[in-house]
Amino acid sequence: MVNAMFPLALQGVTVARRGRPVLGPVDLVLGQGGPTMILGPNGSGKTTLLRVMHGLERIGAGSVGWQRDAPDRRAFVFQTPVMLRRSTIENLCYPLRLRGVGRADARQAAAGWLARIGLSDHAHRPATRLSGGERQKLALARALIGQPDAVFLDEPCSNLDGHATREIETLLRAAAQSGTRIVMATHDMGQARRLAADVVFLVAGRIVETGAAPAIFAAPKTPAFRAFLNGDIVT
Amino acid sequence: MHDILAGFRAALGLIATFDAELWDISLRSLQVSLSALVIASAIAIPLGTLLAVQRFRFRRLVISVINALMGLPPVVVGLMVYLLLSRSGPFGVLGLLFTPWAMIVAQVIIITPLIASIAHQAMRELWAEYHDLLISLNARKSQRIATLIWDGRRSLLTAALAGFGRAIGEVGAIMIVGGNIDQVTRVLTTAIALETSRGDFALALGLGFVLIGLALMVSLATHWLSRTESGERW
Ligand SMILES: Nc1ncnc2c1ncn2[C@@H]1O[C@H](COP(=O)(O)OP(=O)(O)O)[C@@H](O)[C@H]1O
Ligand SMILES: [Mg+2]
Repeated sequence: MVNAMFPLALQGVTVARRGRPVLGPVDLVLGQGGPTMILGPNGSGKTTLLRVMHGLERIGAGSVGWQRDAPDRRAFVFQTPVMLRRSTIENLCYPLRLRGVGRADARQAAAGWLARIGLSDHAHRPATRLSGGERQKLALARALIGQPDAVFLDEPCSNLDGHATREIETLLRAAAQSGTRIVMATHDMGQARRLAADVVFLVAGRIVETGAAPAIFAAPKTPAFRAFLNGDIVT
Repeated sequence: MHDILAGFRAALGLIATFDAELWDISLRSLQVSLSALVIASAIAIPLGTLLAVQRFRFRRLVISVINALMGLPPVVVGLMVYLLLSRSGPFGVLGLLFTPWAMIVAQVIIITPLIASIAHQAMRELWAEYHDLLISLNARKSQRIATLIWDGRRSLLTAALAGFGRAIGEVGAIMIVGGNIDQVTRVLTTAIALETSRGDFALALGLGFVLIGLALMVSLATHWLSRTESGERW
């Protein structure tokens, strides 16, 4: 399946916060494949890199080049899901309504997704009352409902148990199957091995190693990534 | 003590029998303050939201001015509106002085900064919460503002109620610009002031009860709104 938005090419991208460089310079090309897993220790710049790719973050230097740019074809799933102060079903309708989809059509699509993520019984309850796992499923469904070409996920399972994590991964595999390019930061090595087609490894705001999975897990090229895979502390 | 008890009884009588004068004054009070509320909200709520969402050059200055205007003594507002609307003033030709419109203008000036300030605070918190999500969903500016106003409607209503409470209980400004004219510009607060000075405590107390009743309803509504905010339904 051809994804018209990709490849995505980052060239010499840097980000500074309060005058302190936190990312880059980064050079990276994301091709048609995926899912891409972004790995790295805390504070290495995973979140910042995802935000740069999506367009949420202002870059200090460099360029972010899409094959064919379409801001409304990208979605983001945050580490802590943001729930609109609305009912569960209204949260799902929201992205469609923003694009002018009629109320009835949006509701119908949302109801289908709710059934898929097992939240039909919660349709009319405030989304802010959902559990952590339910919120993240809802946030993912809200990101996917508009059938984006790319979805960026920032450690979406970091606060979830095994069951909820598996549900999220199932949804991600299905999205990847239907042509959505997945780029995801994760802390969970098991998850990275389960999902990755390729890997980007960051340390201190720089890309240290990239490569296709599973080869990169079997034969890491840099000592830093080897240490990281061994569970050693990398800074 | 006897005076007070007698006044109390007479007041209840007036309320129970729907006394025409009491009724007339209460209705006018509501009319004036509700009109002021609608106009002030129409200015203050979009303004408060815009100040929360939009970075522009004089944003901090505008916020400071609003906060300063919140502290304006109503009597001074009354005086300024009087000067503006009086025959020799810049808006004298409109002939608004000593009409309910003059009172509405004064109340709008008094409560707009209050509503704008509370609305701005609420919208700022909501925007901090929603910012990344709405940007990531590629919402246009008008859509962002609409979303904030809709999802923050309870806080905005609370802001509006605070404005209404201030308007309906205000006396200094509307006394000056309305003139407290019988059947024209007499409202609850100005009537209470007048009847008290005249010694008609029954009517004054009756009017007072109505005013307290309205204020109580406003605070109950505010309380109820902030309760459902954390409840099961939006
Ligand atoms: N809002 C912020 N203000 C200042 N510095 C920040 C902010 N957010 C993140 N940083 C810094 O930017 C760097 C990269 O952070 P981040 O991209 O969140 O890393 P990761 O997601 O890999 O943990 C870290 O050093 C972090 O301290
Ligand atoms: Mg992070």
